[in-house]
Amino acid sequence: MVDAAISAPREMAAARGRSSLRKTMQRKSTIAFFMALPLIVLIVLLVLYPAIYSIHLATLNKSMERFVGWGNFTFLFKRQTFWLVVQQSCIFALTAVAFKALIGFIVAHFVHNIPAKGQRKWRGMLLVPWVIPPAMSCLAWLWLFDPSYSAFNWVLDLFGVGPVPWTGDANWARFSVILVNIWIGAPFFMIMYLAALKSVPEQLYEAAEIDGANWWQRMWYVTLPMMRNIIAITALFSLIVTFANFDIVRILTAGGPIDMTHVFATWSFRVGIEGGDIPLGATVSLFMVPILSVAAIFILRDITRRGSEV
Amino acid sequence: MAEVRLRKIVKRYDMVEAVRGIDLDIADHEFVVLVGPSGCGKSTTLRMIAGLEDITGGDIMIGGDVVNDVPPKDRDIAMVFQNYALYPHMTVYQNMSFGLRLKRFPKKEIKKRVDEAARILDIMELLDRKPKQLSGGQRQRVAMGRAIVRNPKVFLFDEPLSNLDAKLRVQMRTEIKKVHQQVRTTTVYVTHDQVEAMTLADRVVVMNHGIIEQVGTPNQLYHNPRTHFVAGFIGSPAMNFIPCRMEEAGGGGLSIKVNDQLSFPIPAARAEQYRGQARNGKLLLGLRPEHITEAHAHLEPGEVPFEAKLDVTEPMGMETLVYFPLNGTQVCGRVNPNAGARDGGLLRLAANLNNMHLIDDATGQVV
Amino acid sequence: MATVAATAAEVPARGPKYGSMSRDRVWALRWSYVFLVIFAIFFLLPPIYMIITSLKTSAEISAATNPWWVYHPTLDNYKELLTSNSFLIYFRNSAIVSVVVVSLTMLISVPAAFALARMKFWGSATLATGVFLTYLIPETLLFLPLFKMFAMFNEYTGIELINRWWVLLIVYPTLTVPFCTWIMIGYFASIPKELDEAALIDGATWLQTLTMIFIPVALPGLIAATIFAFTVSWAQFLYPLAFTTSSDQLVLPVGIITSLIKGDVFNWGQIMTGALLGAAPPLIIYAFLMDYYIAGLTAGATKG
Repeated sequence: MVDAAISAPREMAAARGRSSLRKTMQRKSTIAFFMALPLIVLIVLLVLYPAIYSIHLATLNKSMERFVGWGNFTFLFKRQTFWLVVQQSCIFALTAVAFKALIGFIVAHFVHNIPAKGQRKWRGMLLVPWVIPPAMSCLAWLWLFDPSYSAFNWVLDLFGVGPVPWTGDANWARFSVILVNIWIGAPFFMIMYLAALKSVPEQLYEAAEIDGANWWQRMWYVTLPMMRNIIAITALFSLIVTFANFDIVRILTAGGPIDMTHVFATWSFRVGIEGGDIPLGATVSLFMVPILSVAAIFILRDITRRGSEV
Repeated sequence: MAEVRLRKIVKRYDMVEAVRGIDLDIADHEFVVLVGPSGCGKSTTLRMIAGLEDITGGDIMIGGDVVNDVPPKDRDIAMVFQNYALYPHMTVYQNMSFGLRLKRFPKKEIKKRVDEAARILDIMELLDRKPKQLSGGQRQRVAMGRAIVRNPKVFLFDEPLSNLDAKLRVQMRTEIKKVHQQVRTTTVYVTHDQVEAMTLADRVVVMNHGIIEQVGTPNQLYHNPRTHFVAGFIGSPAMNFIPCRMEEAGGGGLSIKVNDQLSFPIPAARAEQYRGQARNGKLLLGLRPEHITEAHAHLEPGEVPFEAKLDVTEPMGMETLVYFPLNGTQVCGRVNPNAGARDGGLLRLAANLNNMHLIDDATGQVV
Repeated sequence: MATVAATAAEVPARGPKYGSMSRDRVWALRWSYVFLVIFAIFFLLPPIYMIITSLKTSAEISAATNPWWVYHPTLDNYKELLTSNSFLIYFRNSAIVSVVVVSLTMLISVPAAFALARMKFWGSATLATGVFLTYLIPETLLFLPLFKMFAMFNEYTGIELINRWWVLLIVYPTLTVPFCTWIMIGYFASIPKELDEAALIDGATWLQTLTMIFIPVALPGLIAATIFAFTVSWAQFLYPLAFTTSSDQLVLPVGIITSLIKGDVFNWGQIMTGALLGAAPPLIIYAFLMDYYIAGLTAGATKG
């Protein structure tokens, strides 16, 4: 009995050695690694490498033969257009996100208030701007803003208000671009906030009502704190996406009039592809990185915090 | 041959040792229950037998082969989970046949086995349904069916009845016992409910803090617990532990002194056992509630009467539980519903010291 | 007894118990609908205008009559576009690219998500966070270095990548894979762990567990991710604008914009028709699979 007990493990050990290669192949971590490999290759090759490569590009001259170090950067700093772009990008992003969040929040509230059966219909209708490809809806807005045939101006004319140069005047152009961005993005906020609103337990509101809170107090003391994380994460996400936006400005104003509505993305395209100066274009794009990184850090922190809170 | 042997099994997670050295022999066809409180290591041990957890130290042998590094599917075991773990997108038939389909069994053989298992478990009409259309008890039976069709060497049950309501639990307990009588596969069953352990097991393994406290048949554990923990764990309501001292009594006998007013003479038959015990140690008198009853007119030898002021009574229908304080602890007794027990009233009780246990408070061992 | 029962039945099912509260609720409900209508008008105005314009002849458009009404509706714009060679080529390119990209995306994302969600391996947590962070790197940062990389690739291997529509098959996944992986990780993680253990004991390999158990059970998530990948691919504008220039290589968004706008003459009737047709596939998918579409959006945040 004892002998049998001893020899059995020894045989097993020998068999183990022979098939160790096979076992390595079957091991969980090996299989998992291979399953994740395409993902890793994709990210490294087509996201990480280009991102780092753009830094290298920014240090080259226009024909990409000479190393010029900080040359492109100092060149940009001296250009007035560059500072216009910085200013416009920031204003664009911050204003648009603020209004998207506000409108999204308000609309989500109204949708949440109506009986559940109707919510689906309304939700469906209100999300349409987000579903339409931005490039297509920008064409519609371009037509709505047309200098000669603007449908909006036609209506304003009925009230005796003069035609508005939606894309012709610098300030109106900025307004228009922000408006379109809000139009496209607010539904996304609405959907997110609606989901978050639904997750607030009804009992908290009931307790607050019994305690004597009016609707504003309920909002401030129950709704907003419970939704704090979603609000932050969605806003930060949107900040990144809006800051790097290309389609809207490109189609509506192409950066005009007189480069007044350029944001980083469109100006980088103008300089890099249309102007043929890839290094300079890359430099422009790189200026987005600091702001994006800050936002990304905040998002990461919020997501991990939320994971531990829940 | 499907015996299971555990040799010095250890499981360590980072700094924590969940299982600290288990040795166990389970014979072929035996129904063994691992029972103990949450965190005692019983589920971990079961999962190590299944191959779902790596073994930090020791060996597990199934049917004579060491299976430490063998993946679960090659160990020839089947498992029934607490949450049933039925595949929600498959019908009952597909759930039960999944393992066999993976092994490329011929269709006819699969049908034969599934029908046979369905017959044993009485779920023949459910074969085409999806899990979400089944009740808890039915799902549990399907989970067992999935295990039976594989014809494994060992069945492993991981707290399968914990998710069912009390009534269903009692019903399923009998089902499981009947299935075992029919199918006779070696079974390792984990539960935290000692009633399940006592009713289902051939042998019970009581675990606590990662080690085995005692192994024995239900009867052995009930009548001869070897540690404080086992004595208090088995039996419901739990055994009473009354602090006491042991003294010489008149005529060469021994007595248990509870307090200045109350002393129980130890029956002569038991006194022999305790003769060698030190007199001045801190001791606990272990007495099950069923051995504290109302005092009858005619007392058996070993029964000692005393009077107690009851705190609370719980009428259970067939008996009444009475609670009273003794020497700083709350003691529970079981009396006849007609014995006149009243909240706050006095009652004359009798303690049957033939069934007493003496526990050394310092070591936790039963003397 | 009867009167109590009668009174109970009279109270409306949705109405609360306090008298003054129910008045507040009805009032709030009415205002909600008012505002919802206002916002609905705001959000639906442009698409409706697109439809209106698409039904107009060029003559009617330039006549500058009421832009919000069609006096002589015509389907000519649709007929012209749907028979126009270049439009059909754009549509075909978009369709092929989108379908292939969706397939590629799912082939990459699903196994990766399964590995990250279920099979803990060294660095899996870092990789999961990394995937998420990748989603935050905008395409507007990457398009220039990618352009240069493709040009250099051509120098070394002679394979032309610029101005070929299939270059999009390489770059689109960078936009879809990170988020789709993130969605699938969420869905896979919500499947109870006992299911894998049961499958393991039943004898399934990891691949079998993925294909026979996880994918069927997480099907809603898969559909949501597929819809997301399709919508993103179809709507892409920057990458195709940067990487494709010849008329026969363009996808729909770029094609419509660059070719229908010829010089100073804007054929708005056709442009709006083109835009509408370009918006049609995502809208149709949305109309039929709205719940999956929305689940895909919210999955990223709430399950993350």
